[in-house]
Amino acid sequence: MKKLCVVLDEREVQDNPFQPDMWRIVRRYPLTSDVNFYQARPVDVDEALKMNYLPGQFIMLSIPGEGEAPFCISSTPSRPGLLEFCIRKMGTLTSSLFDLKENQTVGIRGPYGNSFPIDKMEGKDIMIVAGGMGVAPLRSLLLYILDNRDRFGKVTYLHGAKNPGEMLFREEFFQLKERDDLNCLLTVDKDDTGKWTERTGLITTLFKELGPIDSKNTYAAVCGPPVMYKFVMENLVKLGIPKHQILMTLERRMKCGVGKCGHCAIEYLYTCIDGPVFTYWDVLHMKELIGRGVSDKVIA
Amino acid sequence: MMILKMKKEDLPAFLESAKEWGELWGPTTKEGQTAYSKVDGLSQMDLKATRTMIPPKKFLYPPRFTMFDFDEEGFVERTGDVPKRILFGLHPCDIHGILIMDKLFLETYKDPYYAERREKTLLLGHSCIPDDKCMCFATNTDFVAEGFDLFFTDLKMFYLVWVGSSRGHDLVRMRADLFSRNLDKNDILNYTEYRKWKTAQFKAKIDLTGMPDIFELGYNSPVWDELAEKCLSCGQCSMVCPTCNCYNVVDEVELGTAEGTRDRFWDSCMFREYSVVAGGHNFRDKRADRLRLWYTHKLQAFIGEFGKPACVGCGRCVSTCPVDINVATVSKALKEQEVGK
Repeated sequence: MKKLCVVLDEREVQDNPFQPDMWRIVRRYPLTSDVNFYQARPVDVDEALKMNYLPGQFIMLSIPGEGEAPFCISSTPSRPGLLEFCIRKMGTLTSSLFDLKENQTVGIRGPYGNSFPIDKMEGKDIMIVAGGMGVAPLRSLLLYILDNRDRFGKVTYLHGAKNPGEMLFREEFFQLKERDDLNCLLTVDKDDTGKWTERTGLITTLFKELGPIDSKNTYAAVCGPPVMYKFVMENLVKLGIPKHQILMTLERRMKCGVGKCGHCAIEYLYTCIDGPVFTYWDVLHMKELIGRGVSDKVIA
Repeated sequence: MMILKMKKEDLPAFLESAKEWGELWGPTTKEGQTAYSKVDGLSQMDLKATRTMIPPKKFLYPPRFTMFDFDEEGFVERTGDVPKRILFGLHPCDIHGILIMDKLFLETYKDPYYAERREKTLLLGHSCIPDDKCMCFATNTDFVAEGFDLFFTDLKMFYLVWVGSSRGHDLVRMRADLFSRNLDKNDILNYTEYRKWKTAQFKAKIDLTGMPDIFELGYNSPVWDELAEKCLSCGQCSMVCPTCNCYNVVDEVELGTAEGTRDRFWDSCMFREYSVVAGGHNFRDKRADRLRLWYTHKLQAFIGEFGKPACVGCGRCVSTCPVDINVATVSKALKEQEVGK
């Protein structure tokens, strides 16, 4: 009873969590034929350094009149001031985003979601497995780790794309490959250019190249198309990485980002506030986390 | 909690004075259908009706409203145009439903639209006469101890009035002459008798114990497919459920301009496009998946998180679903592994 009276009688005035702030697109360029890269900063530049977020979080992005949808953040908070996104042309909102030019504005609110458990990951070996668009949230994590390199153990980055033309951040990852404090393995399913110098084959083929792994001391982070999870999970479990140390970030329909609209519900969890980062241990309990069939196979 | 006593014949005078605070709304029945309407006084209300078609959530969280006005410059919040209302005649199940909405909308990331309406609405509960669709005895929501501003229990000659909030107490103070603090032995006996009578009214056969485990065990049960064969995906269950909070958001543009409104409206997880993401992937393409989500959320997930079901036993799904899918039939089908006729 007491609690409710507080709610009703002493309501503190709070900001509207649905209120988008206007941000300016300061840079955009194509990553592939249907994926664009965007950099944005608040229209009010004094706000630029106030955006605190962690790798794995997302924002709700609006174009007035076109609607609003969740997008993961591809930049790292260790390089503050700008937010970066990779956006694939998929529907109405993303098509409108493709038409936006530099200096036009979009609405942004957030950040939302639970993020990768950076505190727990510090001091551990890290394995990041990115397939296709899955690189979008994982780039944030990878860059964050590289920017704070001495706080983490061995870092391995596995990246799979359909073909060289579909690979996101191609130049960036080829540069990262040169670093001696990162084991960066890149593969394409198929090389249709004849010029590809890295591995060919599904992302799981990269697992054969991994040296010995201190599995109990390793956190793995995975993101990719649903079909990829099944095979990657099998490999990670085989390596002996504890299930609660296998992290994945998920996509769902969202209309609010703050646990109200219901669309991203999975049993008693909301992807927006309890996720989007979940562990493989969660998946074993929550049958719908990575889709029916997929999780059944993983369990078997 | 403070409990006062009021003569039954004094209720009209009390409601008349309460109208100073805001509009008076209560249950009215027209052509057999009960709904909350704005009323002048008690004489227009139907306090014997067991349930309104739409629960009182519609006052705190309207079926459709504008969140923002927008133009090229950005979004401007639209709040402040909500009238002050007194809802009279809410039954315990409805108040339990509002308590669940409070959890969803007022805790983390407080929803300013809900909060504003909640603040501008007084909830005056009233005891009820259960019918054969009422299931509140199975959800432990047949009585209510919080969430209301005042609650009137009808003991034939008198009302016992529970005072649940400071604002409820303010209403009482406006006509302090109508209320008495002097409760005697007979009041206790009458109240005990009333509880006994109410408990004896329930006719529905339903037992929700063990539901979370039964849902877990029955995740792949063919019962879901059989129920889905009947389900029309019409979403009426969500519209009438006091604890369905899902909504959709859409931008409406004024033709030929860049101005418009961002509107929010009730949605249902029974609708096919509920879980579709960009690119067209549908996380719940099958009707059985959507049906299971609805009932999982009411009878498994909420219990796991809050220790009580999200179903308040109001019976609206029983009276509304055109194909007889409701909390009673679904829980029974899952337990007996057979879909009733």
